Amino acid sequence: MEIKGEIYRVAGPVAMVTGINPRMYDVVKVGHEGLMGEVIKIEGKKSTVQVYEDTSGIKPGEPVINAGMPLSVELGPGLLESIYDGIQRPLQVLQEKMGDFIERGVTASGLNHEKLWDFKPTVSVGDKVKGGSVIGTVQETMNIEHKIMVPPNVSGTVSEIKGGEFTVDDTICLLSDGTELSMMQKWPVRVPRPSAKKLMPNKPLITGQRILDGLFPVAKGGTAAIPGPFGSGKTVTQQQLAKWSDTDIVVYIGCGERGNEMADVLNEFPELEDPKTGRPLMERTVLIANTSNMPVAAREASVYTGITIAEYYRDMGYDVSLMADSTSRWAEAMREISSRLEEMPGEEGYPAYLSARLSEFYERSGCVKSLSGDEGSITVIGAVSPPGGDFSEPVTQNTLRIVKVFWALDAKLSQRRHFPSINWLTSYSLYSKSLSDWFGKNVATDWVDLRDNSMELLQKEAELQEIVQLVGSDALPEDQQLTLEIARMIREYFLQQNAFHPVDTYCAFDKQYKLLKAISKFSDMATAALESGVPMTDIITLESKDELAKVKFEEDFETALNTVLKKMDNEFARIGGK
Amino acid sequence: MTKEYKTIVEISGPLIFLEKTEPVGYGELVHINLPDGTTKRGQVLDTSADIVVVQVFEGTGGLNDESGVVFTGETIKLSVSKDMLGRILSGSGDPLDGGPRIVPEKMADIIGAAMNPYSRMPPEDFIQTGISTIDGTNTLVRGQKLPIFSGSGLPHNEIALQIARQAKVVGSEEEFAVVFAAMGITNEEAQYFMEDFEKTGALERAVVFLNLADDPAVERIITPRMALTAAEYLAYEHDMHVLVILTDITNYCEALRQMGAAREEVPGRRGYPGYMYTDLASLYERAGVIKGNKGTVTQFSILTMPGDDITHPIPDLSGYITEGQIVVSRELHRKGIYPPINVLPSLSRLMNSGIGEGKTRDDHKAVSDQLYAGYAEGLDLRGLVAIVGKEALSERDQKILEFADLFEDRFVRQGRDEDRSIEDTLKVAWDILSELPEAQLSRIDNKFIDKYHPAHQGK
Ligand SMILES: Nc1ncnc2c1ncn2[C@@H]1O[C@H](COP(=O)(O)OP(=O)(O)O)[C@@H](O)[C@H]1O
Ligand SMILES: [Mg+2]
Repeated sequence: MEIKGEIYRVAGPVAMVTGINPRMYDVVKVGHEGLMGEVIKIEGKKSTVQVYEDTSGIKPGEPVINAGMPLSVELGPGLLESIYDGIQRPLQVLQEKMGDFIERGVTASGLNHEKLWDFKPTVSVGDKVKGGSVIGTVQETMNIEHKIMVPPNVSGTVSEIKGGEFTVDDTICLLSDGTELSMMQKWPVRVPRPSAKKLMPNKPLITGQRILDGLFPVAKGGTAAIPGPFGSGKTVTQQQLAKWSDTDIVVYIGCGERGNEMADVLNEFPELEDPKTGRPLMERTVLIANTSNMPVAAREASVYTGITIAEYYRDMGYDVSLMADSTSRWAEAMREISSRLEEMPGEEGYPAYLSARLSEFYERSGCVKSLSGDEGSITVIGAVSPPGGDFSEPVTQNTLRIVKVFWALDAKLSQRRHFPSINWLTSYSLYSKSLSDWFGKNVATDWVDLRDNSMELLQKEAELQEIVQLVGSDALPEDQQLTLEIARMIREYFLQQNAFHPVDTYCAFDKQYKLLKAISKFSDMATAALESGVPMTDIITLESKDELAKVKFEEDFETALNTVLKKMDNEFARIGGK
Repeated sequence: MTKEYKTIVEISGPLIFLEKTEPVGYGELVHINLPDGTTKRGQVLDTSADIVVVQVFEGTGGLNDESGVVFTGETIKLSVSKDMLGRILSGSGDPLDGGPRIVPEKMADIIGAAMNPYSRMPPEDFIQTGISTIDGTNTLVRGQKLPIFSGSGLPHNEIALQIARQAKVVGSEEEFAVVFAAMGITNEEAQYFMEDFEKTGALERAVVFLNLADDPAVERIITPRMALTAAEYLAYEHDMHVLVILTDITNYCEALRQMGAAREEVPGRRGYPGYMYTDLASLYERAGVIKGNKGTVTQFSILTMPGDDITHPIPDLSGYITEGQIVVSRELHRKGIYPPINVLPSLSRLMNSGIGEGKTRDDHKAVSDQLYAGYAEGLDLRGLVAIVGKEALSERDQKILEFADLFEDRFVRQGRDEDRSIEDTLKVAWDILSELPEAQLSRIDNKFIDKYHPAHQGK
């Protein structure tokens, strides 16, 4: 039911309107061009609308239409491989309709309504179904079987079910109460999709990034934040996760960041192979690109659009990872809109509800038992862009109170091109302990010890560095000099990982283990040699030590590593170690 | 729409408030006729049935409630044409060179619509600037936005001009143009640019917009938008490769802050508007390459960091948007090194796509990483030596310490007219790297060491 009102005032991305009798978050069409907007404040007869498109030239007195629906996304086959703006308009369709620059007043639906999908029913007439029940499947991409589910708030008995080629609008199933089901459902983005039960995350998300998997793992269904100043590696880290994580589905949200970065993903992902399936990465990916120069109101909506799509695939029983780059731009969009509403500002001008919004968002992550009884998960990884790189600011602080993993990027490391420039002393993962069992069973029984020892060594290095700053490294006793050397090896050989190197960009867990094990072997042999009186200079000038630095880059890692390990044995034998 | 209103109820800073108007569009261009017969321009910032707020570009000096206000029903547009090349225009697009008005081929809205990310082509054509610290370690590519972060009194203008003179895509002869927009710089600085453009003949291929220090600050809000509109027109409708130089972004942001204060907005960090990120993005993001389009827009802007502080909101927000930054260092400048570019905080985010085999050279990335690692460590050691003396360093560390000096002296330092090819730059790099023990070159694959290390040559 449509209600018509009119514009009273326009200032930037918000308009005040009268006469539309709205509920909060109703979607309205603003002005003669029908710009899309959303009601965000109601005050007596006047309500405030945030407009998702540029408002230049819009005048008081122009019409406003309230369609009486909250901001929703279309969920169904065809989401994968799409690139959307913040309100689920496919950017490809926008380009076809209006060219290379985004003009306004163009609508485009999230799913392709003409395309035929081959629907295979999995229920029969007479079956009882309820919210979340799977009634059939569609092969969406080569590896993703899209489960067609009954919308959460619907239940009944199947009275008719069809198989074959259908569009997302066609009725494929009829319930005895007359409810028609199609392959598409709409869901309001600001409302979490329900699940049967939350489960404890107990498996790691394997990312192929040594410092993440090795030192600060995130669980499937967990939450992580990557704060860091500009140029420290937030985007590259997020893209690495999107590329190499062992996840079924990736939702990547470019929220208020660069256009070229999204173009990059669009260019690269169809070419890169999913390490798990060998299929192009794009086939498991949904992109949302509301770049910094696109309307801020749509930027505010983009994270909700993204997480709703993620929940939809989770409900099918998939492991989904969602990257939001950057949550700070989302928070700033909130701030910008809030200041237009002349709300009381909280810390640094952010609205008082900032922390509530952040936690509501991260709460939508998790491992769940879905309504249909499948297990699925959403891992949420948010980049944070603190002004001046100062982590004490509100967005970083509020995020840290919520997330379980903190990957702290450090400009000092990125400036010297130590990548990923994740600070190993300040970062943490609250999953390290709970995942230890899994690592012990699936990587190696001694993995956890190996990892903890390395961590300890790095801590020790930091302490020794303080002394070195005062007296120079030559003044340290030889065993401490050796500690410094081993720590350097861990940093340079293990932690450093070049995202742009064809081999090093992804490191399987087995390789991570062998690499760290080799360093540890060197450490043990060197310590023994030192104890039996071999001079330090003989040890640190061993060729096998320098050669170990490069094995991670080798196509044939195993052979290269074994060659180095043999050489290591020989060299230590020669200099008189054990 | 030629109705003139004399209903100004308040004038405050650069803003005027009017009542009892017909419905007025948000963002509309406004003409204000002063009692003395002059006309100023402005733009609608807030419009409602009760009150309309207008910001006046030329400032509100001389305005009173007798002034007449005309709403044009249009947003601000620039007359664009290929004939703009060789012209000098004011900060709001009027001729300053005594030449005729630009006969428009088109009227273009200066608030450019956002480029659809789906239409973008990732930039990847290497631009050789002839400056080693850029080409070697912070490579610029066509369609990139890479600003210079500098400080007052540092030679950023000279660097920008050297780049404008020397920049080329090796082996390509396509049409190029320069769009230069001055925002609040001094007349003398502007002259410095103009003379260089004239001397080198670049002026013929340039469009110049001048908003100088004594021009109204509010005009600075539209000057860069005019410049970028001209640039997009030349790039996307005349297939040119356009280099846009905006200087000084800091003055632009000051104007933005002033406007925010006049509107009594809740200020963000250090008094700058909370929307400054979004506003700056609406400038910087107007660079790039469009699929299927020959022309490109590359931005090389200048920004002076207040107090040399890179965490100040202006460089900070810029760095979050631009595709890297070239940082000019006061310390290197004091040491007499030109160009005093400090590579450590500098970055070109698009470097990886512009270099390597078939573009620059296969060893480029590894060499660059190694230079960074060596120089960074060398600087740490310099700090250490100041405390413990050189003797306390191991032999290895002494070599690295010396490497830092070599790096500054041979790689960073070069002549004001020295145009190094990428091969020259990489040669200097290998020459200084070969002073390090080979085992230290851990960032470089052995195959490159065999191929390029001077000690391996002729083997
Ligand atoms: N893992 C990595 N390997 C190699 N280079 C990296 C890595 N992470 C970051 N970089 C380099 O740092 C630059 C900035 O990284 P980016 O992720 O864009 O930073 P941010 O998003 O924090 O501003 C990249 O352009 C790249 O050159
Ligand atoms: Mg980034």
